[in-house]
Amino acid sequence: MAESTSASTSSARPIEWRVATVAETIAETPRVRTLVLDLPHWPGHRAGQHVDVRLTAEDGYQTERSYSIASPPEAERISLTVERLEDGEVSSYLVGELRVGDPLELRGPIGGHFAWSVKDGGPLLCIGGGSGIVPLMAMLRHRAAATAELRRTIPARLLYSSRSWSELIYRDELEHLAAADPTLTVTYTITREPPPSWTGYRRRIDMPMLEEVAWPASLRPHLFVCGPTPLVEAVAEGLVALGFEPQSVRTERFGPTGV
Amino acid sequence: MTSPISRGFHGRRPDAGAAVKLPPGQYETHDFPVLSAGPTPHTPLSEWDFTLGSVDGASARWSWAELEALPHETITRDIHCVTKWSKFDTMWNGISIDTIIEAGKAKGVASAPFIVASCDGGYTTNLPLADVTGGKAWLAVGYNGKPLPAEHGGPVRLLVPHLYFWKSAKWIRGIRFHDRDEPGFWEELGYHMRGDPWKEQRYTGDA
Repeated sequence: MAESTSASTSSARPIEWRVATVAETIAETPRVRTLVLDLPHWPGHRAGQHVDVRLTAEDGYQTERSYSIASPPEAERISLTVERLEDGEVSSYLVGELRVGDPLELRGPIGGHFAWSVKDGGPLLCIGGGSGIVPLMAMLRHRAAATAELRRTIPARLLYSSRSWSELIYRDELEHLAAADPTLTVTYTITREPPPSWTGYRRRIDMPMLEEVAWPASLRPHLFVCGPTPLVEAVAEGLVALGFEPQSVRTERFGPTGV
Repeated sequence: MTSPISRGFHGRRPDAGAAVKLPPGQYETHDFPVLSAGPTPHTPLSEWDFTLGSVDGASARWSWAELEALPHETITRDIHCVTKWSKFDTMWNGISIDTIIEAGKAKGVASAPFIVASCDGGYTTNLPLADVTGGKAWLAVGYNGKPLPAEHGGPVRLLVPHLYFWKSAKWIRGIRFHDRDEPGFWEELGYHMRGDPWKEQRYTGDA
């Protein structure tokens, strides 16, 4: 279990709403955008945690959603990576409308179970599908900020499932991280439209793939699985069948309504 | 603090009927999203049992068949997840916690002011007794006229629809009474001890 440092006494202070300012937007894929935020007095976060975002219309109507933090704790600014969902009331605004200089109200960080720090040690095995890569990327960026000497003691593997090559989020950065770090392995599976020259996996994650990519259960890796529910169900059950302790498999699921 | 206007945000208003059913910060979904912190457990019904335990260590146990022999009710309620979705008029079938507690008393298990529900997979959640008695909570075994699917907590989940849905613990295997309110899994990790959606008690420190 993650550190349970959060106090749960009723005297604890509420997690305050804060107003961030959009400093930069980065188009990651046609449907995915990263929002880099100026946020004074951010209390800090652990890789894997999320924030609640609240939008307010001119007549006072408000709605909220949760988004994983993409940036590592070391980053100067926090960033959120958001996928535009079909019919998404909030995601379509964040991906399509929000501009540099706009305010964005949020509170956090939230969640302490799906979170990892280099001091938790390794090995680290991250398995993600689609925009489920976002909290896993925060972990890999956090790990990349450690010294090479420390990283050698925490080998990491990422298995990332995407429908197509062009929908892989952070592809260039992942390639760069893996090229610069012999203790990080990145494996993709492209389930629907692999590029013509693609020699990698081209199917949904299954038991043989998990067996090839994962460490043996005896090495007791830290396991994080994030993505749509069918992927998470299949991967979590596959890992349990491979002998990993059910309680060591941490999951975060995106329902069809998204988060 | 006054919220800043989100320039260019118009939003998709719920209709008047939905608006009165939505607690603050929630939106209506017609799906039934799956959320859990780990793999879905699959305990065979032949091995499944439910234990009610008192503060002083007395306990009562029901097998699946014994639980099924208790009176069942059909429950139609709105449910509200702390991750912001709400789903209206969900239909369940299950055994009232009042029934379980009464049956437990007959087996020598005294009640106490708080409970902790425990589950396959190690999940726990805490509740005041007052939130699970008086026709407010059930052991749900059916959803939409069918046995409760494993990914939604089957064979049996706690159903406490007036609180955020993390309190409706999936894969429940037991309830233990406590004299004090002891935090469960999410409550240890910064989520609210009670979780009333109408007061927006999402996280520790929320009013």
